[in-house]
Amino acid sequence: MFHFKRTAEAMVLVSALFAGSAYAETLKIAYIDPLSGAFAGVGDAGLKQFQFVADDINKRNLTGGPKLEVIGFDNKVSPKESLNVLKKVIDQGIRVITQGNGSSVAGVLIDAVNKHNERNPDKSILFLNYAAVDPDFTNSKCSFWHFRFDANSDMKMEAMTDFMAKDKSIKSVYLINQDYSFGQAVTRAAKEYLARKRPDIKIVGDDLHPIGKVKDFAPYVAKIKASNADVVISGNWGADASLLIKAAKDAGLSTPFYTYYFGGLGSMTAMGDAGVGKVKQITEFHSNIKPNKTEKFANAFNAKYGGPPNHLTFYYLRVNNEMYMLARAIKETKSIDPKKIALKLEGMKFESDTGEVEMRATDHQLIQPLYISTVAEAYRDPKNPKTAKFKGTDPDVKYDVEDSGLGFKTDARIEGYVTAQPTSCQMKRP
Amino acid sequence: MEFFLISMLNSLSYGLLLFMLSSGLTIIFSMMGVLNFAHASFYMIGAYFAYQISVWLGFWPALVIAPLLVAAVGMAVERYGLRTVHKYGHVAELLFTFGLAYLIEEAVHLVWGRSSVPYVVPPSLDGAAFTLYSTDYPIYRVFMMAVSVSMLIGIYLTLTRSRIGLVIQAALTHPQSVETLGHNVPRVFMLVFGGGSALAGLAGVIGGNAFITEPGMAAAVGPIVFVVVVVGGMGSLVGAFLASLLLGVLQTFSVALDYSFADLFAKFGYTVDPDTPLAVLWNLTISQTGPVLPYLLMVLMLIFRPKGIMGSREG
Repeated sequence: MFHFKRTAEAMVLVSALFAGSAYAETLKIAYIDPLSGAFAGVGDAGLKQFQFVADDINKRNLTGGPKLEVIGFDNKVSPKESLNVLKKVIDQGIRVITQGNGSSVAGVLIDAVNKHNERNPDKSILFLNYAAVDPDFTNSKCSFWHFRFDANSDMKMEAMTDFMAKDKSIKSVYLINQDYSFGQAVTRAAKEYLARKRPDIKIVGDDLHPIGKVKDFAPYVAKIKASNADVVISGNWGADASLLIKAAKDAGLSTPFYTYYFGGLGSMTAMGDAGVGKVKQITEFHSNIKPNKTEKFANAFNAKYGGPPNHLTFYYLRVNNEMYMLARAIKETKSIDPKKIALKLEGMKFESDTGEVEMRATDHQLIQPLYISTVAEAYRDPKNPKTAKFKGTDPDVKYDVEDSGLGFKTDARIEGYVTAQPTSCQMKRP
Repeated sequence: MEFFLISMLNSLSYGLLLFMLSSGLTIIFSMMGVLNFAHASFYMIGAYFAYQISVWLGFWPALVIAPLLVAAVGMAVERYGLRTVHKYGHVAELLFTFGLAYLIEEAVHLVWGRSSVPYVVPPSLDGAAFTLYSTDYPIYRVFMMAVSVSMLIGIYLTLTRSRIGLVIQAALTHPQSVETLGHNVPRVFMLVFGGGSALAGLAGVIGGNAFITEPGMAAAVGPIVFVVVVVGGMGSLVGAFLASLLLGVLQTFSVALDYSFADLFAKFGYTVDPDTPLAVLWNLTISQTGPVLPYLLMVLMLIFRPKGIMGSREG
């Protein structure tokens, strides 16, 4: 009897050891984004990209041991649902989360993570944000546990308005954005920066529409048309971007669009040839930047996911930056403890495919180069039969997006230090 | 002027689509007394069926086959679901259709996934029909209007001029007499339910590619369909038609109106600044409140004229 008990104890001990080592071997990352509903397309594309990078990291053992595993959780872009998801994630013992779609979601996640970490310092959660760009997150609401790998809305607007200010033909601007924290931030920054840089530019329209609810943008397009604006500025993303540009195309609207995300999923297909030369975006990457060090990686991703039904194209270089920097932090600390990783990420300089990027220690905002680019027809190379369906004559536009025959051509590269802005963040460190 | 005309056309096409959606609901309600919460789900499966068929056979066959398939689903639901539940009264029917809506949504998730499907306007209908001043008006919107109007005429003729229409009308008011004359009244109800569902399915075929085909589309249009039926007058087809057009105009033009209470106060020489009490409310423009207006209209209608615009049953 005595022996049996000893054996049982030993077995429990051994299994606990195994459980411990299994945990150490895999770092699970919860991807909390829409996997159903109107924005599911965007969420699904992001998840595939995260998993693709994780595979690459595991194959090359960039963490020096632990494997990375990205698990998708559907939050339906709802802040309330995201809190439920976060509870589930915590219950499953996952300590690193990543999210991007919707600053409304990121806002509640930051608050919830802060609270959780205060109460459970030994089970703290790390939040890696790859796309929620409300400037507050690295200013008044900044948190030690939150790291942002995308340039925030104000940084992008600063760069975009710098570019616009040089174009003397722009006399009037129309703003159309989603009615929530991010869209409001875009509107506010556009007005403020244009007033500073080009006080002669008039704001002839300022629309905030409900996010993800508008199916028919024709009334908004009629309004843009009636305003005779020279340029439209929009921070819309996902279905709100593709439906807006589709309505503009249907109405034959010829006004140029300055956008944050119209190169994203579905929009290029929706705009078709009507977007050529008219639609601009500001991003950290597109497939025709020069030099393009991501080319091989992007081609591998496109070969895997570029087919029907979704015709995905590699889009988020920032996801690569996030994951590679995470892997390096794990390797250098030899730990998967969120707090140690966070301390390592602070101030980390990393040689990204577009040049050196830095995770600013004061506010956890990644400082990285940005590109402004315009939609162009992809180049038809007489020597390459694969490009036979393309119509463009500019060799710089080598790749198209989502099999649309359209790609991007760089207008300007903005260096990281130019995009950097002062921060009001007063970070509390544990 | 250009803006007014284009907006008028936009509201007309949107209103007609709303009518296509709500006509089935109002017919089912007026004939069977069933308030079908799953009606918008039939709109959704109409769009998904059309997508699937257009992948295999093309858009034009889908335009015909998809509504017929939806009708078959609707008839099956009536025959094997509603008819059994019917004897427990209207509340049971209501709960049944309520649950059905969720079932259909989950079924769509299982079959087509949670993301949107690439259901697009066929190339032959893609492009501009005409140019008004300098704005193009898409062929597809003209097509939507044409389908909707011909559907309205079709329903009207079927109900008033055809034999089956006469039997349906008679079965509503005098079911027993019709039964003694040798007509199968339960089968008539099944046909009505199937027909109503088919109309929603047709709206899905037309609306799914004009906007977006995704599992949330039923939930997105569900409430607005009820607004149409309530404002138009429960069970009135003509009322639903008028209410649809009214809502189309309301939603399209509200987008354009950037007036707020602050502007109104300014007319009386009072300026609203950020420190004014309730400043956020006063600065809210009509265009921002646009999405709420239909529901406001519905609540006001229920308070001041509960029977709606055309408040009596047809027939």
